[in-house]
Amino acid sequence: MKADPAGVLTGVHFLDGDHACCEGALAAGACFAAGYPITPSTEVVERFAARIPKVGGTFIQMEDELASSIAIQGAVWGGAKAFTVTSGPGFSLMMEHIGYAVMTETPCVFVNVQRGGPSTGLPTLPAQSDMMQARWGSHGDYEVIALCPNSPQECFDLTITAFNLSEKYRVPVMFMMDECVGHMTEKVIIPPAEQIEIEPRRKTHKPHDAYKPYECNGDGSLVPEMAHAGEGYKFHVTGLTHDERGYPAMTVAAQQKLVGRLRDKISKAADDLLLVEQDNTADADVVVVTYGITSRVAQRGIDSARAKGLKVGKLRLKIVWPFPDQLIKKLSQRAKAFVVPELNLGQISREVERAAGGVKTVCVPHAGGGVHRPEDILKAIQEASR
Amino acid sequence: MSEVDFECAECTNPVEPFLRSERMPHIWCPGCGIGTTVNCFTRALIDSKANLEKLVVVSGIGCTGRVAGYLKLDSFHTTHGRAIPFATGLKLANPKLTVVVYAGDGDLSAIGGNHLIHAARRNIDLKVICVNNLIYGMTGGQTAPTTPEHATTSTNPYGTFEPGFNLPHLVDAAGAVYVARWTTFHVRQVARSMQEAFKKKGFSFIEIISPCPTLYQRRNKMGDGLDAMKYYKQASKVKNGAPTGEVGLTKTGEIAVGKFVDRDRPDYRELMVHRFHESLGDEYVETGELVCS
Ligand code: SF4
Repeated sequence: MKADPAGVLTGVHFLDGDHACCEGALAAGACFAAGYPITPSTEVVERFAARIPKVGGTFIQMEDELASSIAIQGAVWGGAKAFTVTSGPGFSLMMEHIGYAVMTETPCVFVNVQRGGPSTGLPTLPAQSDMMQARWGSHGDYEVIALCPNSPQECFDLTITAFNLSEKYRVPVMFMMDECVGHMTEKVIIPPAEQIEIEPRRKTHKPHDAYKPYECNGDGSLVPEMAHAGEGYKFHVTGLTHDERGYPAMTVAAQQKLVGRLRDKISKAADDLLLVEQDNTADADVVVVTYGITSRVAQRGIDSARAKGLKVGKLRLKIVWPFPDQLIKKLSQRAKAFVVPELNLGQISREVERAAGGVKTVCVPHAGGGVHRPEDILKAIQEASR
Repeated sequence: MSEVDFECAECTNPVEPFLRSERMPHIWCPGCGIGTTVNCFTRALIDSKANLEKLVVVSGIGCTGRVAGYLKLDSFHTTHGRAIPFATGLKLANPKLTVVVYAGDGDLSAIGGNHLIHAARRNIDLKVICVNNLIYGMTGGQTAPTTPEHATTSTNPYGTFEPGFNLPHLVDAAGAVYVARWTTFHVRQVARSMQEAFKKKGFSFIEIISPCPTLYQRRNKMGDGLDAMKYYKQASKVKNGAPTGEVGLTKTGEIAVGKFVDRDRPDYRELMVHRFHESLGDEYVETGELVCS
C-alpha cells in the first residue's frame, strides 16, 4: 500500500541524518515514539515531538530506556506503528526488550545512533561498535534485522525500509546509524506519498474463536497474523516460551519449535533481506566490504587504488543482519582478498572472514571517535592485493 | 458487547467464564492469596458490567505475573518490572481500552519502582492492582522492598534490617488519584475498590496484602493460609482517608486498610490534548486510537 500523506513532508530538504530518520519514520506511518534523551540521537525524537501533534500521534519521553523500549511495544499491540531512538548506553538498557519483541513477534524499530564505547565512551563522536550487540545483545538465540545508512537521504529511505521489514517479518529492526551520519547535513529528497511503498501490518481477519496468535497460516509463511488489543480476540502474549495459542509451554519440543521458527522466518528469507550496493565486484581482486559512514571514507581509498590500476570492488551493506553469507561466498570464488574497514576493532570483518571460507580477510580497525584516514584504507587494499 | 456469558449454565463457578479453563490447574500454591484476588477481580468485572473486549490485563513477572495468562481477556505477560511502561504505551495508543496492571510488590516496587512513580506522577490512566505478599515468591522467598523489618527470608536468613516500603505513601506522594489497601480477607472491599478504580480516570493503585504460605509464612512461623486470614482479620483496622505516611506495615502489627486517597486531577492524555490545543490551535491533529494501516 501507499504511504499516508499526513506524515510525508514531500519536497527537497537540507536535513541532518537524525532529522531525516524522523521524517522516514513519519512517512512509514509511525504514530508513536517513546524515548529518553541521549547524545547523539536525541534530535530524532526532538523532531518527532515537534512534528507528531501536527500529523496525528503521540510522543512520550519516558523515565529511561527500559521504559521506552517496552512502551513502544505496548503501543504496537494497541494498534500503532512505533519506534524508539537511542545510542550505546541506552541501547544496552534496551536489550531486554529487543528480546521481548523477538519472542512476542512485536514489529517495532530501534534506532541506534552509534557513538564510541564501551560505557559512556565518546558521547559526541562516532563509532560502529554496536554492530554485534545489535545482532546478539539480548540473551537467547534469535535473528533480527539491522540496517546501516550512510547518508541523510538513506536515513530517510532506509528508515521506511526498517519499518516495512519489521511489519513483514514481525521482528524488531535495528536501525544502526552513527554520529557522523546522524549529524551530517545534506540534501534529502522526500517523494510524494503515492511513491512510497508501505508494508501493512499482518492483521488477522479470522473469526475470534478460530484465531491462535502464534499459528502460521498454512500459506508457507512463518510469520503469524497479528491481532490488536481491544478487538475481541482475548489473546495472550508472553515472553515465556509459548505454543500457538500463546500459552506458556515449558517443554523441549515447544522451545525447539518456537525458537526454530523465530530463526527460520529471518534466515530463510535471506534473498528478500539482501540489500547491498555493489560496484565493480564482478572482476575484483580485492573487495572492500563496508557500511555506514565508513563506506564514504572507503570510497576515497577505493578510488585511489583504482587510479593506481588495482582491481578493487566495493560491497556496501545496507542490511547488515542477516549477514549476506551467500553473496560473500560467491565473491570469494573470484576475489583474492576482502578488506573491511570499520569503526570498531573487528566485528563485521569476522563475519566476512567466516563467510569467505578461507579467502584472506583484512580488517582495518578504528576504535572510534573519528573516521578512518582514506590512506589507511588504501594501504590495506594495496597490501591485500599483493 | 461483551462475549462472556455471565449466566453460563454449565459453569460450576461464577469465575469460570473469565478464566482460560484449558490452562487449569494454575501454578499457585495451596493457601496462596493470589487466586483470591483474581476471584475479587472477576467479581468486580461482573458487578461493574465492564466491557470485556476493551479491558486488557498487563502483568510483569513473578507469581502474580501469571494472572494475565489465566484470565480470558486480552492479556500481556511482559518483562520483570515493566508492566507499567508497556501499559503506558498501550493506553496511549488506544485510549478506549481499560488497562489493568496486575503485578506483585517486587515487580512493581523494586525492579519496576521507577516506572511506578513516574506513571503515578504523569497520572497515566491505569488501574494498578498490587498483590503484596511481602516477599519474592517465584524465585524462592527472597527479601522484597516490602518485606517488613525483622522478617526472615532466604536472602536475609538472620532477619531483615532494611526498612520496608510503604507503597500507599509512595504512590500518594508521586501523585496517584486513587489509593486503597485491603487484605485477601477483605474480599468484598477489594472487589468494590476495583470497581471504583475501573470508574476512576487516572492512576489508581490498590494494594492487596496477600499470604505466601509457602515462603513468607512458613519461614516466619506464621502458619498457613488460614492463619494469615486470622491475622488479617484481627490486625486490620479500617482507616479510610488516613494520611498514607502513617500506614506503613510491620511484621506482626496493625494493618491499616481502606481507601486512603480519592482525588481528581487531569490525566496525562487530557493534559497533553489540552496543551496541544493551546499551543497549536488548528494545527493540532487530535487522535483517538492510533490504528496503523
Ligand atoms: S510461592 Fe507464595 S506467592 Fe507464589 S504461588 Fe506460592 S504461596 Fe503464592
